Amino acid sequence: MSYIALSDKDKKEMLERIGVASIEELYGCLPDELKLGRRLRVPEAKSEPELERSFDALAARNTYPRFLSFLGAGVYRHFIPATVDYLSARSEFVTPYTPYQPEVSQGTLQIIFEYQTLVCQLTGMDISNASLYDGAMAAAEGVLMAQRLNSRNKVLVARSLHPQYRETIKTYTRNLGLVIEEVGFGDCGGLKSAELEAKLGPDVCGIIVQSPNFFGVVEDVAKVVDIAHRHQALAIVAVAEAVSLGILESPGRFGADIVCGEAQSFGLAPGFGGPFLGFMACKKEHLRQLPGRLTGQTKDVDGRRGFVLTLSTREQHIRREKATSNICTNQAWCALRATIFLETLGHDGLREMAVQNLQKAAYAAETLAKVKGVRLKFSGRFFNEFVLELPKNAQAVLDALKAKGLLGGLALERYYPELRQDVLLNVTEAHPKDDIDKLAVALREVLR
Amino acid sequence: MIREPLIFEISDKGKRAFALPKLDVPEKKDLLAGLAVRSEIRDFPQASEVEIVRHFTRLSQQNYCVDLGFYPLGSCTMKYNPKINEKVAVHPGFIQSHPLAPEDLVQGNLEVLKLVEDALSEIAGMDAFTLQPSAGAQGELTGMMVIRACLEDRGDPRKFVLIPDSAHGTNPSSAHLCGYTVQEVRSNENGTVDLEDLSKRMTGDVAALMVTNPNTLGVFEYDIKKIADIVHAKGGFLYMDGANMNALTGICRPGDMGVDVIHINLHKTFSTPHGGGGPGSGPVGVKKVLEPYLPVPRVVRKGSGFGLEFDRPKSIGRVHSFYGNFLVIVKALAYIQTLGPDGLKEIAEIAVLNANYIRRSLDKDYHLKYTTPTLHECVFSDKFQKDAHGVTNLDIAKRLIDYGVHPPTMSFPLIVHGALMIEPTETESRRDLDFFIEAMTKIAQEAKDDPAVLKAAPHHSYVRRLDETAAARNPVLKWENPGS
Repeated sequence: MSYIALSDKDKKEMLERIGVASIEELYGCLPDELKLGRRLRVPEAKSEPELERSFDALAARNTYPRFLSFLGAGVYRHFIPATVDYLSARSEFVTPYTPYQPEVSQGTLQIIFEYQTLVCQLTGMDISNASLYDGAMAAAEGVLMAQRLNSRNKVLVARSLHPQYRETIKTYTRNLGLVIEEVGFGDCGGLKSAELEAKLGPDVCGIIVQSPNFFGVVEDVAKVVDIAHRHQALAIVAVAEAVSLGILESPGRFGADIVCGEAQSFGLAPGFGGPFLGFMACKKEHLRQLPGRLTGQTKDVDGRRGFVLTLSTREQHIRREKATSNICTNQAWCALRATIFLETLGHDGLREMAVQNLQKAAYAAETLAKVKGVRLKFSGRFFNEFVLELPKNAQAVLDALKAKGLLGGLALERYYPELRQDVLLNVTEAHPKDDIDKLAVALREVLR
Repeated sequence: MIREPLIFEISDKGKRAFALPKLDVPEKKDLLAGLAVRSEIRDFPQASEVEIVRHFTRLSQQNYCVDLGFYPLGSCTMKYNPKINEKVAVHPGFIQSHPLAPEDLVQGNLEVLKLVEDALSEIAGMDAFTLQPSAGAQGELTGMMVIRACLEDRGDPRKFVLIPDSAHGTNPSSAHLCGYTVQEVRSNENGTVDLEDLSKRMTGDVAALMVTNPNTLGVFEYDIKKIADIVHAKGGFLYMDGANMNALTGICRPGDMGVDVIHINLHKTFSTPHGGGGPGSGPVGVKKVLEPYLPVPRVVRKGSGFGLEFDRPKSIGRVHSFYGNFLVIVKALAYIQTLGPDGLKEIAEIAVLNANYIRRSLDKDYHLKYTTPTLHECVFSDKFQKDAHGVTNLDIAKRLIDYGVHPPTMSFPLIVHGALMIEPTETESRRDLDFFIEAMTKIAQEAKDDPAVLKAAPHHSYVRRLDETAAARNPVLKWENPGS
C-alpha cells in the first residue's frame, strides 16, 4: 500500500492533460543508464495487520521494560500526565510544517511563544529559542555561540559535563579551530574551582558546566559565573535534568550568560534516546548570536495580537553561510509536549515533582549506602542522581543485579576510567519506596 | 472563533491540573542546605485541567495541517502521514526503553536501526548509513564532516566547498560550520549546474560539491555523471542533498550516479510527520571508503543479534546524545515495510505525475522562468501578475489561505525572483489537486480584475496579515507580567 489517492481513470486523464502517454515519459529527463531497471531489494509490502504483528514482535524483543531500572544519566523516567499524550496527538499539531505562514499557524506559534516564556521563567534568562535537537547539540551550540560572542578560541569544559555532550562538543568544534580543555572534579563531585581559575586566561571564550552535573551533584553556579566573568569569559550552564529547575535557583539568577540543555524530562518518554528536546536561553544582549528559530509577538492589520517567526536574518535560509547555525527543522512537537506538560503540572505540580525527586533520591542514597562496603562517592549535595562506590568492580555487580531483574544504574568506568567501582543511579517520583528497598535488598545479596 | 489568551493570562494562584501520590519516604529537611533554592518560579502558570485542554484544543484549531488539506510546500514534501506509523511507534517496548540499557535488553530497537540502515542503503545505492542526525541540516553537517575527516586522513582537508546558486540555505551554512569557505556555482539556462563554471571552479583545493538532485527547481541534473567525474577527477567528493529523494525512490539511485555522500529526510520522503517544525531525521549514507568516518556508535551484527560498536578510531565522533530521533526512525521503517519495493517506486511516479499535472494546468496563468521538464515539483513566479498588476507572490500566497489551501513555498529558490514553489506529493486526490488549480486560476483572474482583494488577503483567517517588520524591529519574545 502506498497511500495513493488516484484512480486509474484519474491517472489516464491527467496524463492526457499533460500531453504524455505514460509516467515513464515524464522521466525522459533521466539518462537511461541511470535507471535502476529492477525492483528494489527491500522486503515485500506488508498489510496493516501484518505490519502491526511484526512491530509487536520487534518491540517484544526489547525486554528492558520488564526490569526495575535506576538508569538516568541524561534520560529520566518521569510521570507524564494524560493531557500530554492526548493533546499532542491531535492532527493539527502533528501534521503541519514549520509555521512559515503565520495566518494559518497561530496555534503552533502561540505555543512556541508560551514555551519560550516557560523556558525563560525556569532558567531565569531573558530569551529562549524555539528548540534545538537535544541536550548534546544544545551544549555544542552553546559553546559555538560563546565563541562568536567574544572571538576567543579556547573553551573550558567541565569533566563532570555529560560525557556524550562533551563528545558532541568535540565533533561540532573539531573543524573550527576551537581548543577544548577540560576542568576536573573534586571530592565533592563538583568542578574544581581552583583549576578553573588557573586555566582561565585571555584566550578562553567561556566555560561550560552542568548543574546538576553528570554525577547528580549540584554545582556552585554562582561561583563559576563569578570566576568566568572576572576573566571576561562567558558562563554557559547546561542542564540535563530539567525537573531540577523546579527547586534549584535558576542559572540566570547567578548571572549565567547562556543556559542550554535537555528537556526530555518535560513530557518525553525515554524512547531509546530520541526524539528529545534541546533548549537554549540567553541574555538579551546576546540575542543576535542565538541559534535557532524564534517566535515573536506582533499585530495584524486589524490590530489584533498575533505571533510570527522572527529575527530570521540570523538564520540559514536568509544569511546562508553567515548564519548563527545551520539548524532548520528543530523539535517543535517535542516543545509542544513540554509546554503541555509544564502547563498541566503548573507551578505547584512542578515544584512537588522536584521535591519528591530530591527526597526519594536522598532516601535511596542513604538506604543503599547502608549496605556493607557501599558508600556515597561524592560529598556534594545532589538532586535526583548520585554515585555509589561499590566494594568491587561496578559492572560485575550490575550484571549480578540484572540477573535478579534489576538495573542498578550505570557503571562509570567506560566514561571515567578511574571510577572502576562506581555506579551512577537515578531515582525519580516514578520510583515507589518499595522499589528502592528492593534494590537495597538485592544489592546486599549480591555483595554478600 | 473564540480568541484564546495566553495561558499566563488565565492563570490563577492555587489552580491545579496535576497531583502526585503522597511522598512515601520519610521527608528530610535541609537536603539542599548551603545551596540556593528557589521559593517560587515567578509567574509560572497555574490552571485547571479543563482550561488546559480547551487552551490547546482551541489553539490546535488555528493551525492548518496535512490532515485538513492540500499543503504544497515545495521542497518540504508534505505528504500524508500514515496513522499506523504513529500507532506502532508508541509501543511501550519502544518508548520506554532507555538508551543506555544493556544491549541484550534492547535487541528490538537495534534491529529497527539496522533494518532502516539496510533499506536506505538499498534505496539510495549507498554502502552504509548512520541514523544519528536529527534533521536534514545536521545530516549535511555530518556528511561534510565525514568528507573532511577522510581528506584530512589523506593529508589535506582542502579549503572550499562548491554549492549551486539554487541550493537550500542549509548547504552553505553546514559547509561553513565544517570549516569550509563556500563558492557558488552558476546555474545555466536550464536551471541545472553550469558545467563550464563547475570545471573552472573545481580545483585541487575543493573538498566537495553539494548538489541537490532533482534540484530545487524540480529539474533532474541530467549531467550528474559528468558532474561526478569532474569532481572526482580533482580528488573531491560529490555530496547530494537528498531532500528531493521522493522523486527518485525505486527509479534511480544516487549511489549509481557517482554520489559519495547523501542525506535523506525521513520527514519528507519517508512520511514521518513534520510536527509543526520537527522532530525530523536526517540519515546520512556513504560509499565504502567513507564508512570508517561515520559517527559512533555504529549498529553491528553480534552473533545472532545486534550490538553497538564504539571503537572506531577514524570516526568524526558523536553528533547526538544517543542514536538519533529513534521514534521517528521507527515510523519510517513502518512506512518502508508498508510500501515494499513496488510502493516505493509508485510514490515517486505519482509524485511526478501530480506535479506535472499542476504545472501543465497553471502554465498559462503563471510564469515559468525555466521551461526545462521537471519531476516532483515546479517553480512558477509572480512575473505576469507583478508586471501587469503589481500583485506579488506574497499576495497570491495569502489569497490562497482564503480559498482554504496552504500556500506554496515562497521566494525560493533564489534564482527565480518572486518564486512560488509547488510540490503536491503523491498522496493528493484528483479532487484536491483540481481544487488547488481552480483556486490558483481564480487568483490569476482576480489579479487582473481586483488586485486590491489580493493585496489585503487573507480575509477569512483567524488573524489577518501580520506585521513581521514590527516583530523584528521591536522583538517581544516572551510574555511579561504587566503587573510586575
